[in-house]
Amino acid sequence: MAITLKINGKSETVTAAEGTPLLWVLRDHIGLTGTKFGCGVAQCGACTVHVDGAPIRSCITAHEDVEGSDIVTIEGLSGKAANVIRAAWEAIDVPQCGYCQSGQIMSAAALINENPNPSDQDIDDAMSGNICRCATYLRIRSAIKDAAKAI
Amino acid sequence: MFLEKYLPAPQDIQANAPHITNMSRRGFVATAGTFVLGVSILPACSPKTDTPTKISPAKNGMTPSMANVVTAESGPQLFIGITPDNQVSLTVHRSEMGQQAWTAVSQILADELDVDLDKVIIKQAIGHPKYGNQNTDGSTTIRNGFESMRQTGAAMRAMLIDAAASEWGVDAAALTTDMGYVVNGSKRLSYGELAEAASALPVPEAASIALKARKDWRYIGKPVASKTVPRIVRGDSLYGIDVKRPGMVYAVIAHPPVLFTKPKSINNTAALAVPGVIKTFELPAASAPAGFNPLGGIAVIASDTWAAIQGREALQVEWSESENSDYDSDDFRETLLETIRSKGEARRNRGDVYAALKSADKTISAEYYAPHLAQAPMEPPAATAEWTGDKVEIWACTQAPQGMRRTVAAACGIPEDDVTINVTWLGGGFGRKSKPDFGVEAALISRDIGKPVKVTWTREDDLKHGYAHSVSAQRFEAGMDANGKPTAFLHRTAFPPIGSTFTAGNNRPGNGEMEMGAVDNPFNIPNIRVESGQASAKIRIGWLRSVANVYHAFAVQSFAAEMAHAAGKDQKDYLLELIGAPRIEEPAKDGAVISNYGKSLDDYPLDTARLANVTKQAAKLARWGRTLPDGHGLGIATHRSFLSYVSTVIEVKVDADGTITIPGIWSVIDAGTVVNPRHVTTQLEGGTLYGISNAMFGQLTAKNGQIQQANFPDWRVMRMLESPRAMQVKIIESDAPPGGVGEPGTPPAAPALANAIFAATGQRIRQLPILGMNNQLAI
Ligand code: FES
Ligand code: FES
Repeated sequence: MAITLKINGKSETVTAAEGTPLLWVLRDHIGLTGTKFGCGVAQCGACTVHVDGAPIRSCITAHEDVEGSDIVTIEGLSGKAANVIRAAWEAIDVPQCGYCQSGQIMSAAALINENPNPSDQDIDDAMSGNICRCATYLRIRSAIKDAAKAI
Repeated sequence: MFLEKYLPAPQDIQANAPHITNMSRRGFVATAGTFVLGVSILPACSPKTDTPTKISPAKNGMTPSMANVVTAESGPQLFIGITPDNQVSLTVHRSEMGQQAWTAVSQILADELDVDLDKVIIKQAIGHPKYGNQNTDGSTTIRNGFESMRQTGAAMRAMLIDAAASEWGVDAAALTTDMGYVVNGSKRLSYGELAEAASALPVPEAASIALKARKDWRYIGKPVASKTVPRIVRGDSLYGIDVKRPGMVYAVIAHPPVLFTKPKSINNTAALAVPGVIKTFELPAASAPAGFNPLGGIAVIASDTWAAIQGREALQVEWSESENSDYDSDDFRETLLETIRSKGEARRNRGDVYAALKSADKTISAEYYAPHLAQAPMEPPAATAEWTGDKVEIWACTQAPQGMRRTVAAACGIPEDDVTINVTWLGGGFGRKSKPDFGVEAALISRDIGKPVKVTWTREDDLKHGYAHSVSAQRFEAGMDANGKPTAFLHRTAFPPIGSTFTAGNNRPGNGEMEMGAVDNPFNIPNIRVESGQASAKIRIGWLRSVANVYHAFAVQSFAAEMAHAAGKDQKDYLLELIGAPRIEEPAKDGAVISNYGKSLDDYPLDTARLANVTKQAAKLARWGRTLPDGHGLGIATHRSFLSYVSTVIEVKVDADGTITIPGIWSVIDAGTVVNPRHVTTQLEGGTLYGISNAMFGQLTAKNGQIQQANFPDWRVMRMLESPRAMQVKIIESDAPPGGVGEPGTPPAAPALANAIFAATGQRIRQLPILGMNNQLAI
């Protein structure tokens, strides 16, 4: 069934089987591959996107359920929080392989938007759903703090 | 270098001597006026001899003799290009997987060439023997490429100067360069303007190529920012799993649940009924030795990845049994422990350990066990294949594109020249992506369906059907005199070798594995004996970041702390006593087979002064000996691997309920000359935390031949919550030749953690993983 999704401010009409997760619609149908597959079962956060501003795991979100919502992916992430996060990430070279980092940045931007002065505990709570196998956690934590200071 | 022992093609087993050749003169000019220099790494001796080429250490301690640099008709390894519009491009032959190879290589080149690093454009090489060895593992990119990259940059700069000298009719000696320009007083010519003329010149005599003095380095040794990070943070990156070709379809594979089993019956009716599923295709079954070949199984091909995954769920397959169907990792642990309780094959022998143990005033013994691990790179294996006629092109996140090219050619029965391997960025590798099986799967499926196909491994595939890090058991016996001074050290190790993957029935721990933390033991003890026990593999065994160093360093450095405890001494002081006085340790004199990670022992000796130094520095950084709060403990471990020396101190806090947190880590690395201290630091952070993650949570277990873990809920990895709160890294300033950086941080992590837990709780960790699923230490 054709469904129209609003992604990064643009309307995209897709035809995918009912129940197809947003992740695969983004990656395989629309060609937005910045959103990553890491587990498919909401355990790693690599697939994190924003739906109406909130971070969600696109691997377990049926695409038809977000029809009409504002969907933002790493490619379309913008605004003040996004800018300070990206700058903080670049300033200390947070990413290593980078594969998890779209998800990390989507989670971190949502955190900063919501809570411009996160404590260590807040960072643990907001970021523990995002696995980084390169284990860049030390730098993610300091970059979030740097970003919070900059905002 | 470790990997090379297991590769099928001897042409990769080469000692490294840089050769520079002007590729423009050999018809490698892609566009008119592009000036291309290639550096090649040629076999300088027979691969059979196993003698590394001697690159003479220079007077200043690091520059190899220029006599080794000759122009030669040889395959280029790295290309540098300068176009008339002044664009400098560099082809990187190694894979970028977060270790910052792109940045480091361009730093080296830009420095010697004298160009603005921001103007360097990086291109990723395809997989081809003309690039020399492309295996991105063993932490070799810098230590094997450092000098040749410098020489290439410097040679090109000299040729540009010569071209300008002819243009101006002056003596080249009067000219200098300034960031992309040749300068003569107030006159300047850009490299771009000179490129065409320079490309007609011969490569200068080796002896005349002047390398920059260390004090003049602009980029080398500086914390230059990553070349890849600005793209990553914008989602502008291309990994293997992101590739899309016109008309492409998507496949996942129902792999055999047990190694070497085959489908007895297949019912694909329900699978084909899944919307989007196009067809199923049975891949050829695998047989021993597993090698780099695909496992077989049934591919489900669909219009998107999700449909393929759903189709696989619906597929009904009855599988045969194989000789591996009885694999039970609990039983196998007992088998390994039995093995190490009796005498094994001597792999190093100094003095008479058994006699010394008998006459010792005090003896202690301990046994350690470490389970199978999965590399589990964040991006699972993925490859896309597209056929044009009888030729196939592949895009893949591979650490070893030439191995993939060979294996695809063999599996498809086509010449290697008809296989093109495009290397994407890798979302982590850790050794898994050195194995090309997933690329072969893509090629076979694409040929069957006649369309481009992307094969995606799901996390379940990655954990259940990969190339696991080996399981191991080790036993130690030590003797000491009345003062606690060590007199005898017996180390027995048993593990299914990586060689079992490449030779059916191989059950003897390989020399390369034994040299990773077992026979290369640096302890100053008069009687040392290292023995290995045989162990057979029932799953595919592969290498994982720092390989056998992981389990050997865990056990040796834990047992060193046990010896300290038995001697009633401080752990750090006793470790320094074990390391002993500054000297060059030579295990080969005790009968050990030493390849020294493929490098000469003259250039890279096992130097106990460096081991002791990192140990002291790490202790100092951590303020060893300070008073700690209740429930806290400090542990230390020091290990040399990949020709670098690392010592790590970990502080743990263990709560009454067994919850472990890590308030701090202090790690010191002596990697010789370093190209980018920022990225050495990030690699040490990542390598250390990777080691901690695996030690705390990592284990693959097997029942009835099947791996039991499926996805992140049961294969646990460290998360932000469990991450250490702080880590301080110190890099030792050194003129020594560069050592590895990507792997050496991992081995000391687990024993430092285990030793810290002992200090905090008195509980000795002899079996990994440390924590159960409830995230707590069993106390
Ligand atoms: S892919 Fe969605 S959470 Fe892992
Ligand atoms: S940067 Fe590699 S997984 Fe996070």
